[in-house]
This record gives sequence, C-alpha cells and structure tokens, in this order.
Amino acid sequence: MSGHGSNYVPQNKVAAWVDSRLPIFSLMNDQLNAFPTPKNLNYWYTFGGILTFMLVVQIITGVVLVMHYTPHVDYAFASIEHIMRDVNSGWLLRYIHMNGASMFFVAVYIHIFRGLYYGSYKEPREVLWILGVVILLLMMATAFMGYVLPWGQMSFWGATVITNLFSAIPLVGESVVTWLWGGFNVDNPTLNRFFSLHYLLPFAIAGVVVLHIWALHVPGNNNPLGIDVKDPKQDAVPFHPYYTVKDAFALVVFVIVFAFFVFYMPNYMGHPDNYVEANPLVTPAHIVPEWYFLPFYAILRAVPDKLGGVLLMFGAIAVLFIVPWLDTSKVRSATFRPIYKQFFWLLVIDCIVLGYVGSRPAEGVWIIIGRIATAYYFLHFLVIMPLVGLMETPRPRPKSIAEAVLAKAKSKGEGGAAAQPAE
Amino acid sequence: MTDTTAHQSHDPSSEGDGGTRRDFIYVATAAFGAVGAAGAVWPLINQMNPDKSVLALASTEVDLSPIEEGQRVTVTWRGKPVFIDHRTAGRIEEARSVDVADLPDPQTDAERVKEGHEAWLVMVGICTHLGCVPNGQGSGESRGEYGGWFCPCHGSHYDTSGRIRRGPAPRNLDVPPYEFLDDTTIRIG
Repeated sequence: MSGHGSNYVPQNKVAAWVDSRLPIFSLMNDQLNAFPTPKNLNYWYTFGGILTFMLVVQIITGVVLVMHYTPHVDYAFASIEHIMRDVNSGWLLRYIHMNGASMFFVAVYIHIFRGLYYGSYKEPREVLWILGVVILLLMMATAFMGYVLPWGQMSFWGATVITNLFSAIPLVGESVVTWLWGGFNVDNPTLNRFFSLHYLLPFAIAGVVVLHIWALHVPGNNNPLGIDVKDPKQDAVPFHPYYTVKDAFALVVFVIVFAFFVFYMPNYMGHPDNYVEANPLVTPAHIVPEWYFLPFYAILRAVPDKLGGVLLMFGAIAVLFIVPWLDTSKVRSATFRPIYKQFFWLLVIDCIVLGYVGSRPAEGVWIIIGRIATAYYFLHFLVIMPLVGLMETPRPRPKSIAEAVLAKAKSKGEGGAAAQPAE
Repeated sequence: MTDTTAHQSHDPSSEGDGGTRRDFIYVATAAFGAVGAAGAVWPLINQMNPDKSVLALASTEVDLSPIEEGQRVTVTWRGKPVFIDHRTAGRIEEARSVDVADLPDPQTDAERVKEGHEAWLVMVGICTHLGCVPNGQGSGESRGEYGGWFCPCHGSHYDTSGRIRRGPAPRNLDVPPYEFLDDTTIRIG
C-alpha cells in the first residue's frame, strides 16, 4: 500500500507540475483518499482520528496560552489567573487545554484497549504497536510537566514526588534528582526546564504519530474480525468518503462530551488544591496525581519498598512493549477467542480498580486491594496471555471480510430486506 | 588510468596483518567524531545542574535564642524546610530509651545531635520517601504514633529523634551539615 507507484494523476496542470517534482498530491490521495480500508471497521476504530484531532487542539491552545503565561515561580500562578480573568477568551483556551489533556487520555486508553481486544499488536503490526507505546510515554511526560506549570500546590508537590522517584536509583539517584531539579528542591530552574520540555514534547509526539501512521499504512488497518484483507475490491472500501464520514461523526460526538466538560464542569477532573499557590514548606494532606495516572500511582504504592515500587510502576508500561511476543495466539481478534475475551474484560476491571485505589489514601483495605490488583495486572500480561494463547481453542473464523459482512447483512436483512429491494 | 587501477587493487591487501590504512582512517574518524560529540553533549547536560548562584545560597545562620523549650520552628536552607526542635528533657529521654537494633535505620540519638547541645535537634524537614514535608511542626498537627513527625503523603512515622519508625520511608530524616557558632547560633550548610 505504500511503496508501489501511484496511479493518481492530478486534474489541474499546476498540481501535476508540482506533483511530478514533489509527489505530495499523490501521497495525500493514496494515503487519505483512496487508501483501501477494511469495510467492517466499527466505532472503536475512530479513536485514531480523534487522537490526531486532540493533539492538534492541544498544540494550538498551548501555543496561544504561552503568549500569556510567565514561567517564573513568582509570576506563574498569577499569570494563570491573568489568563483566566483578563486575557480575551483566556478562560476558554485554558479550560480547553486543561480538559483537552484529560480527553486525550480518555481517547488514548480506549484506543489501547481496542488494540488489545482485536489483537492489533500482532504480526505484522508489532512496530506500529511499539510506536504507540512510545507515544503513550511521551504523552505521560508531557502531561506531567504541563501540570506543574500553573505552580499550584498540586503542581509543586506532584513534581516533588514524581522527581523523587528517581532518588530510588541506587548510587546515583540523589545526583540525578539534583540534576533534574537544577537545585536542591523543585524551584525556578525546574519550572523553566519543564516549561521548555512541555513545549517541545508535543512536536516529538507529532513526529512519532507520523511514524505510527506510516507503520499503519504498510500492512493496512486491522479490523474487528482480525483477518487480513484478501481481495481489496471485495473486503475494502476507500478511506474517503466511507471512513472520513464515520470518523467525523464519531469526532462530533466526542467533542460534544469534551465541550460538556469545558463549559459545565471545567474543574471536575482537576484538584482544588491546585488553586492554592505552591508553598515549599507545606504539603497538602492528600496528594493525588491527575486521574489518568492513578492506576500507575496505585502500583507505585502497592510495594512497601521504594525502589521496588518505582520499578514496578515503570514496568507496568514497559510490559506493553513486549505484548506482541507475550500473546502466543495466532488468532488476532478476541471475538473468536472465548477464554481470552473474558480475561480481557478482567484486565479492564483491574485497571479501573487500580485507578480507584490510586485515588484513596494508602491505608487499611486499600493497600491490600492495591496489591492484589497490581499482582493481577502483571499476571495478565506475563502469565495469562502466553498460556491462554497456547491452551484455548479459538472459534472458527470467516473465510473473508466480505463473506462475514454479507452474512451479517443477510441475517439482519430477513426483516429489513424489503426496505432495500433495488439492491 | 591503468596506473591508478593497478595501484588500487594492490593497496588493500598489502598492509599486512589485520586492517588496512583505510580501516584505520575509518576508526580514527569515528573515534574523533565520538569524542567531539561527547564534548558537545556535556555542556547540554551539565547546564541542568545547580549553577553557582544556587550553590552560593548554600548556608544559613539561625539565632536559636528566641526558641523556647518544647518549641519547634521551621527555617529554610537551600529552599528546603529545616526543622529545629528545642527538645524537653522528657523527649530526649524518650529518644534515648529506644533499642537501636530494632530501628529500620539504626542510629542512636547522640549521633543525630551535637555533643553538648543535646536539646537541639536540627533536621531537613523532608520525608525520605518521596519528599513531602512531614506534619508535627505546628501546634495542632499530628505528630504520629511516636511523638515526632508524621508524613501525611504515604504514612511514615518519625520519633522524637526524627528516626523512621513505621511506614515506607527508607531513612531517618536527614541531619544537614551544621555547626554551633556559639551557644545560641548555628550555621547550616
């Protein structure tokens, strides 16, 4: 799908002249217009487009917020209030950026679980998956540093706790933390470098997204059946208009939810302590990270040992890199995997439990639940995934996408056939 | 032309054991490039370390005379809170009576104060777990189960000598480098 010569001929003479020198119109046509896409993609497949949209929204609102923000410990907090109260539409831009980060993570987590359910990480899409995990890591770093910039109490103490994780490294830990801080505490040098990197990393994400889409367009999309496109004429449809319209509809629904938060509950996903200016001498009674980090925070606290907790927390993401090799099943889609399908939903529940435990104080029963949920998370990837793949008998798969789609239409059409007699 | 061809075909095999002159040039170029790159990267990494203006603020003098017995105050040193506790005789006794062998980070009370100034406990007020500031300085705050300090973030309890007794913190509260300039003045750092 990439690599072969394009059949595209631009209509207009100027475009043809440019295209013969820089084949950008051919590229856009082949990848965004004519690109053969399996005809059975459902709405879970629209989150790639939604994520691209969210990245653009975050970059645009971020660039304009920087025009009014001051990255200095004495002015940062006040400059956020300045944006909220004085700057024209400043409140709107900030609330979009703030809630945009949360919506970005909502979309990325759905996108990841979609991939896990339909086996989108399996051969030949391993590199595509790995690039996705790289994007997740970059997103987490970006979101963490962005949260520090308003210089509220949660900003400061979140930055302190997270940078202190590196002090768990044997021997060089303390030096690494001093280096990250640029001092002996989270202070102005820390704020400045986080600001610089928070501006840089989204563009790094955009770069990896290009690679991610490139790696997607070599084998083409996976699909809910998990079987390959055999005959593009039968099994696939052109990306435009079929999936541009489907993606656009899903995006509209997603943006309605996004707008609901921005206009009606803009601070719901934030923390009130972050409207108190950072004070290095007073720690808030209960420090919690943003909701999208809670499962990882729960894993960190599940281990009574400092280094062990830190290693396990990073391990929770690192294990995703090797998922393509941990899953031993030849069948991609969980639709045809009766056992794996149940474990998949257990993993979803486990992650939600971890998230809830992360939001509770680390005491009493929450410690026990956190430990069980942490153990199960790793058990799922390191033990259940390889074993289920070897032991389970998958259900028979359809011969082709076209056959499955037509069979579904037929069974549905018994009653509805009258409505479409002309076809 | 013929001359050059003959010379080239002759050259690579004629340098004896191991490499040719061309290999040497490749390796030397790569090594030179690597050293140059490392030299260029170092300032980019080192710029993130604390600079001289930050290091210059590295000592603070504190007048202890207004601190009454039983009172705790917080001062700042290098931007961090430093706890100063003017301990009562009862609290000192409490700290000394602990069996050191049972502690997660064994240290006697005498190792944590200056000789002749046992009433004064000076510590960096930062939990050794993940860097929160423990409670216990203010009058109404929880001092934990051992009458010292209590970190609300992840539940570490410190005793009246600032030693970790229970919770995830790996070490006792750090004692900063300090000295008594006279009986009522200390210099931290």
